Amino acid sequence: MRSAPASALNTTLAPAVASAGLASIDAITEALASVGYISTRAISTSVFLAHHLCKPVLIEGPAGVGKTDLAVSLAKAMDWALLRMPCYEGLDDSKALYEWKYGKQLLYTQILKEKIGLLIDGADNLQQAVGKLTGFQDLFFSREFLEPRPLLQAMEQTGGSILLIDEVDKSEESFEALLLEVLADYQVTIPEIGTIQAQVPPLVILTSNNTRELGDALKRRCLHLHLGFPDANLERRILQARVPDLSEQLLAQLVTFVQSLRLENVRKPPSIAESVDWARALLLLHADSLDEHWVLETLNVLLKRETDIQEMQGRLAPLTQAAVAATPGARG
Amino acid sequence: MTSSLTGFVRALRIAGVPVSTAETIDASHTLRLIGWSDRSNLKEALGAVLAKSAEAKALHDRVFDMYFSPQPTGDVHISLQQAAAQVGVDDIRFASQESFYVRQMLSALGIEKLEAQLLERMEESSPEAQAEAQALYAQREHLTAQARAWVAQRFELFGKPATENFMTEVAVRRPLGRMGPQDMQRMKAAVTRMAKRLAQKHSQRQRIRMAGRIDLRRTLKANAGHDGVPFDLHFKHRRRDKPRLVVVCDVSGSVVAHVRFVLLFLYALQGAVADVRSFTFSHRLFDVSAPLAQLPFEDAMNLILKEVGGGATDYGQAWLDLQQLHADCIDKRTTLLVLGDGRSNQTDPRLDIFAQLADRAKRVVWLCNEPPVRWGSGDSCMLQYRPLCSHLTHCATAADLDRAIDEALGAYA
Repeated sequence: MRSAPASALNTTLAPAVASAGLASIDAITEALASVGYISTRAISTSVFLAHHLCKPVLIEGPAGVGKTDLAVSLAKAMDWALLRMPCYEGLDDSKALYEWKYGKQLLYTQILKEKIGLLIDGADNLQQAVGKLTGFQDLFFSREFLEPRPLLQAMEQTGGSILLIDEVDKSEESFEALLLEVLADYQVTIPEIGTIQAQVPPLVILTSNNTRELGDALKRRCLHLHLGFPDANLERRILQARVPDLSEQLLAQLVTFVQSLRLENVRKPPSIAESVDWARALLLLHADSLDEHWVLETLNVLLKRETDIQEMQGRLAPLTQAAVAATPGARG
Repeated sequence: MTSSLTGFVRALRIAGVPVSTAETIDASHTLRLIGWSDRSNLKEALGAVLAKSAEAKALHDRVFDMYFSPQPTGDVHISLQQAAAQVGVDDIRFASQESFYVRQMLSALGIEKLEAQLLERMEESSPEAQAEAQALYAQREHLTAQARAWVAQRFELFGKPATENFMTEVAVRRPLGRMGPQDMQRMKAAVTRMAKRLAQKHSQRQRIRMAGRIDLRRTLKANAGHDGVPFDLHFKHRRRDKPRLVVVCDVSGSVVAHVRFVLLFLYALQGAVADVRSFTFSHRLFDVSAPLAQLPFEDAMNLILKEVGGGATDYGQAWLDLQQLHADCIDKRTTLLVLGDGRSNQTDPRLDIFAQLADRAKRVVWLCNEPPVRWGSGDSCMLQYRPLCSHLTHCATAADLDRAIDEALGAYA
């Protein structure tokens, strides 16, 4: 096995901010666990690679499995700035990259109008006057009038940062093209000013709910991570981290129930976010064990579609009984 | 180690994961970072770099397990590896080449010498020579078995997927009526892929900017802060209709050979395109949207064929049923897609009702499984229906079906 220092991998871009939390795959898992995010090996490996290869990570998966939360938790664990850019239909460069402060420019124009006499004072002819004004030409398109939007802000960070491009599938295809320069070279080109290169390449995380297939060009530039629903073991650990007050018995029953509910033919299966909410709800209601009554009362926390709720209402009893039976938790 | 990475990438490409050169370079950086020591870390890492969708990831994991399968270490393994590289086992395409490559590998390993020795010993009659011959024979068998396992694994990686892809390619272009039940599995994968591609293609771009038309109200509002000087321009948008399909499919005896595949396509479409209503008929019309959406394919198909299939066709009755019971599902945004041969068993084709339905719908697309020369022959009413259809085409293969539905959905652009 040849070993090369990480910085030699990519001569132009190297993670300038070395963080102990990102030194190895296990370190990432631990750092994330310290802020209450239970990571899997796949997640930690992707983050590790993203940092050391200087590549964005594209996370795909159903809603509520912790895609956005990963970015937020990473920022918290590393104590880095989090720059968040939610995507939506009609998003364009003026909202994502930068915009000129038109109002301020207008104000300056008016000031200039009043002061123009002073400025071109002493000029004998038009040519001289124009010559004097040429010096001010770039004033209007300078950094002073530039309003940086999230992508440009991320390029300007001096410390480590995380750029979260949330639900990139909601934006249009043309927006993907806009992202390519940022994602591949960590730079933004502003025609009037020039190219702004990232001082410290941010760790970029893109999330997608897969409502549309993303372009190959975008995918090629990213590492890919698919987050699905967790298995019982992982879900138990997540719930333990998120709802620490939950009793062992209720936790086991809850996990079994949610896992089996996902296997039922529901249109929108409950994800981790829903099971965490449900656990909190049950805790709030002082339920110490799962029973049909409680499940029925709180089903709307787990299932978000009316048709799903109606369909499942009749089938709750066997599921609940199975969950209670499978966990002979009443040890005392 | 570069060769084992490029070999892996080649195996991935053959399996159907599109891996670019840039991604291969990323993978080599990844290898240097992660190293070869931890197999599961390596798998996750290469998966993140090389596979860019959930399906690709599943393929990647399968190929990874096969390609980097835990190998016994030792001299035999290394010489096997060298022999395989020497004779180019990785170029295998067909199952029939397996014994050829096994023999080539054994030659490269120097089996001839062993065999000569074996023959020599067998000709001697002393018991020691016989015992030695037996040992040599066992050794030869062992080596052959190992070479065979090696070649079989390489075929699984490099030959089989390529052959499979080729067969699928052929199947997609073969007339549906001439396909046997053994093609079902292959078609299922191909058709699902087609339907998914269609859905992706047509789910995008729902809002189109009307070139140059300024939305005055929004522009003024947005620029009030700039003293009404229009810095921010807002353009008018035209909303594009979402594709809505109502599929009416003939499943009578005369098209029985097609039915399974057409149903397969409907099934895949139901999963992919959001708004599809499916009906099948022979003498009466049945709404099959629910079974297609809820049941696994085999069950849905058996149910539909049992309920509806095989009877005598009555197109007139089908149109009447559609108009009386399900008229509400056809509006001016709906494309009515008819799949059938237009042979109505001498019954009244009810052109009047069909004309009314066609009038209500945005478009009527008829996909006829018979070639145009047979339209109008015997009890075929195709020629009478023809003027009422926006689009009428002969559709014999899965590829035709794909193209026709692509066209139907394309009308919503």
